[in-house]
Amino acid sequence: MTEKSFPSPYDQAPAVGAEGWKDLYAYNLVFQENRREVEEGKFWFCDSQHWPTVTKPFETIGFEFAVSCLGQYNTRHLLIPPANGIEFRIHNGYVFMSPVGVPEAEIAPRVPEFMARAGHYFQNWETLLEQWQGKIRGTIDELGALSFEALPDQVDINDVTSGKGTGPNNDLLARYDELIALTYRAWQYHFEFLNLGYVAYLDFFSFCKEVFPGIPDQAVAKMVQGVDMELFRPDDELKKLAKLAIELGLTGLFGDTENPEATLAGLAAASAGSEWIVAWNEAKDPWFNFTVGNGFYAHDKYWMDHLELPLGYIRDYIGRLQSGQTIDRPVAELVAERDRITEEYSELLSPEQLAAFEGKLGLARQVYPYVENHNFYIEHWTMGVFWRKARELSAMLQQQGFWADADGMFFLRRDEVREALFDYVTGWAVGAPAIGPDYWPGEVERRRAIVDALQQQRPQPALNTPPAVITEPFTLMLWGITSDQIKNWLGDSDAPEGEFRGMAASSGVAEGPARVISSSDQLSEVREGDILVAPVTAPSWGPIFGKIRATVTDIGGMMSHAAIVCREYGMPAVTGTGTASAQITTGQWLRVDGNNGTVTIVPDHVVEGHGAAGHGVEGHRHDLTLAGDAAIQLEDALDGPVLEGSHA
Amino acid sequence: MTTTPYIQFFDGANSDGSGTPSHELLGGKCASLVALTQAGMPVPPGFAITTASYDAFIAAAGIEDDIHVLLAGLDSDDVAEVDRVSAQLRFEIESRPVPSDVRAEFVAAYHSLQERFSEPVPVAVRSSATAEDLPDASFAGQQDTYLWLTGIEDVTEHIRRCWASLFTSRAITYRLRNNIPNEGLSMAVAVQKMVNARAAGVAITMDPTTGDRSKIVIESSYGLGELVVSGLVTPDNLTVDKIMLMVVKRAVGSKHAELVPDPANAGLVELEVSAERRVVLSISETEITAIATIAKKAEKHFRCPQDIEWALDRDLPEGANLLLLQSRPETVHSSGSSAARADAAPATPATGFGIESITRSLLVQAGKA
Repeated sequence: MTEKSFPSPYDQAPAVGAEGWKDLYAYNLVFQENRREVEEGKFWFCDSQHWPTVTKPFETIGFEFAVSCLGQYNTRHLLIPPANGIEFRIHNGYVFMSPVGVPEAEIAPRVPEFMARAGHYFQNWETLLEQWQGKIRGTIDELGALSFEALPDQVDINDVTSGKGTGPNNDLLARYDELIALTYRAWQYHFEFLNLGYVAYLDFFSFCKEVFPGIPDQAVAKMVQGVDMELFRPDDELKKLAKLAIELGLTGLFGDTENPEATLAGLAAASAGSEWIVAWNEAKDPWFNFTVGNGFYAHDKYWMDHLELPLGYIRDYIGRLQSGQTIDRPVAELVAERDRITEEYSELLSPEQLAAFEGKLGLARQVYPYVENHNFYIEHWTMGVFWRKARELSAMLQQQGFWADADGMFFLRRDEVREALFDYVTGWAVGAPAIGPDYWPGEVERRRAIVDALQQQRPQPALNTPPAVITEPFTLMLWGITSDQIKNWLGDSDAPEGEFRGMAASSGVAEGPARVISSSDQLSEVREGDILVAPVTAPSWGPIFGKIRATVTDIGGMMSHAAIVCREYGMPAVTGTGTASAQITTGQWLRVDGNNGTVTIVPDHVVEGHGAAGHGVEGHRHDLTLAGDAAIQLEDALDGPVLEGSHA
Repeated sequence: MTTTPYIQFFDGANSDGSGTPSHELLGGKCASLVALTQAGMPVPPGFAITTASYDAFIAAAGIEDDIHVLLAGLDSDDVAEVDRVSAQLRFEIESRPVPSDVRAEFVAAYHSLQERFSEPVPVAVRSSATAEDLPDASFAGQQDTYLWLTGIEDVTEHIRRCWASLFTSRAITYRLRNNIPNEGLSMAVAVQKMVNARAAGVAITMDPTTGDRSKIVIESSYGLGELVVSGLVTPDNLTVDKIMLMVVKRAVGSKHAELVPDPANAGLVELEVSAERRVVLSISETEITAIATIAKKAEKHFRCPQDIEWALDRDLPEGANLLLLQSRPETVHSSGSSAARADAAPATPATGFGIESITRSLLVQAGKA
């Protein structure tokens, strides 16, 4: 048998119309021609879990900051003995990663360093985490204070008379630098605890695998999982507001949630409405700093900026409550199930094993909430503020004629944005027009066309020859890239026709009609009883989780957000199926087995009265054909692709 | 005589009002079926013809003294003589009428069983020996199981055959060699709704290869379970996590043959399994979970690892078609369970926790330790 490989990035032609795409990105992010031998010697996997669609030039900040900070903690702060960071490249617009091992000889010397550094964090977890809260909230406040206004025609007289000595141009440049620096800082904080959370989890995981050979990954996850996480607060807040609206007799005022101003004004004017508005305002900050995307794209919609989203979810919850449904997550059942599982495994252990089991589980449970909650603070809250500020700057420069559309800036690299800003302030200073308005509009449109072209082609799941066995702990844990997964990608799966195999991410078995969703804008198509099929999901899709019976994703491991969220909502899920969302069509009858990780298309099932099916199919096709047409999408109210909240 | 009943339904109250079924009255097989039924297990419905029935039959037939005379002084090595005595005793038993009071209770029980179904169901008749009366007591089903019986007369005849099986040459020789007295010898008989097995097999509530008690190992094949129990087919082999009830390992067995009921001949017929049915699992995922659930329940009830026999009845509706035929303590591993577990213990016992153990896990995971 010959060894199977993925294609080399050097042998892949870009999509038609995407020629010259490499110039959109920084030199260090692309596979350089003269590095062929070096780059082909590495195995690269596509991180479509976090970057499922083409990354525009400005958006590379997401993976550059996230993945370099992940590496920084492994390599320089904690000295994790066997694992350095993860190299990243962009290829045909998609993000590829390659884990970096530690040379054999350096592993042992790193052990005492790791123990001292990581040990300190584990011993002082609560104190350091409290400190972390302060640090990240301070950073978010600093980001929030930034503003990007057009420069005035003349310097304020007071700045002259006070002898300030600098102009607003200086401040504008400094604020841009600060925007980037504060975001980089937030991403460092993101990884301050995360990698430690994973290694503690991994320790408990390995122990369970040793004493109970073959124990399902899900069993370990369920024993560790928390149930009252900050990540679920936004959704819980909506449920509370729905209940309050019923209690106060305000349910008739949610007729036009697409118009949030009118709806909120109507509520405020109602007799008991002020009480509800107070509760709404309390919930809003910070819990509506929540995106239906994943925080990595400029067009991600945040609840805070699109109040029609939370209002619409509240309206749905009210409807479900009125029809007698329960909308709360089955928290008591989840806790009972977690305790049952833990107890039943515990009973099988010898006293020594039990002591180790309890110790490891205790540590894993202590550190685990961070693994879920950080996502709210960084991807949702910090990045929500970051993108709002970046859009503000882009719109300001649009007004100065730098580009035709409000989103033009995102087609520039972040260093080019600084060049453009310097061009702007120079023009302002000199009193002659900046050059940008004659250069960028055409260039932005050229780049937009390239991004659209790249968007037409799906990425390879991986590049080059995979290693015989995947051992790198983070690749396994975060991305769920196992040797079996790679086999799947290479078409060596022995799954029969009409069946998809993935990770048994959340237990239970369910049947129902498929609802293929490839963009968060399609979420409104989801009907009661559907099985959600998507490339990836975001934690903020919680409000629709009460409607669906099961979830199927293309991407993601046991610790992916789809998996975590489904476990928290007590719903079957199969993740990491590879291609299910491309091969399943809306309306097909599916059987999802979250115990065994299989998804089966039930061919002869007659679906009756599923009127929405046709609409769904149409919606899906619509989305695919327009996937490349980012210009229209972005103009048209910041369309979001389906994205998954990130750990990394 | 009035205090000891001739009949006990598996789902009826114990005759002595106690919490445990009387082994002496019911024999091993029936006592176990009663216990399982009382534990809420889906045992095929039926009843025991108690040892009191046998005792009443022997007394009414007036052959008790003849039995003792014939058996007295028998030499276990004299095969011909043993065979002759065996044949005579069995003829005596099979040709005598059942006393009318015993028969009346049996007829009432038989009708009561049939009334539970919308149409007449065939039954199986099995001997249920008390502890040491017969060799291979725990495998009693093999030689005195009569399947697919319909009608009172047919069933009565086979009940007498079960009684007579106390005196097969093999049984007589066994008692002689083990100095088991013939006094007080008795036999209960199980009359049970026939299971029309689509698939059947066994399940052990531990991994017998490692002693890992967090697993349930299921063996399954088409038709009745006899071919699996006797090792005549290679069944599907499934390892299920006992706590999560998830399949963690599966191997499709070759399952070349299946034993299915042959109503025409009141027995079973062995058929070849088609090539396409051989390569797929004989049971569905849902059925695997159901079997594991029952096995787990049996273990919990009896408070030790169990070895169960189960069947999926094709006459019963989906979801209510899994039947538990037998559950007994798993003896191979549980007798030396601590040793077995010690063997299965990991080479590098992962005791301790905290940073040392985290470091070791990282190195092990990366294959560096």
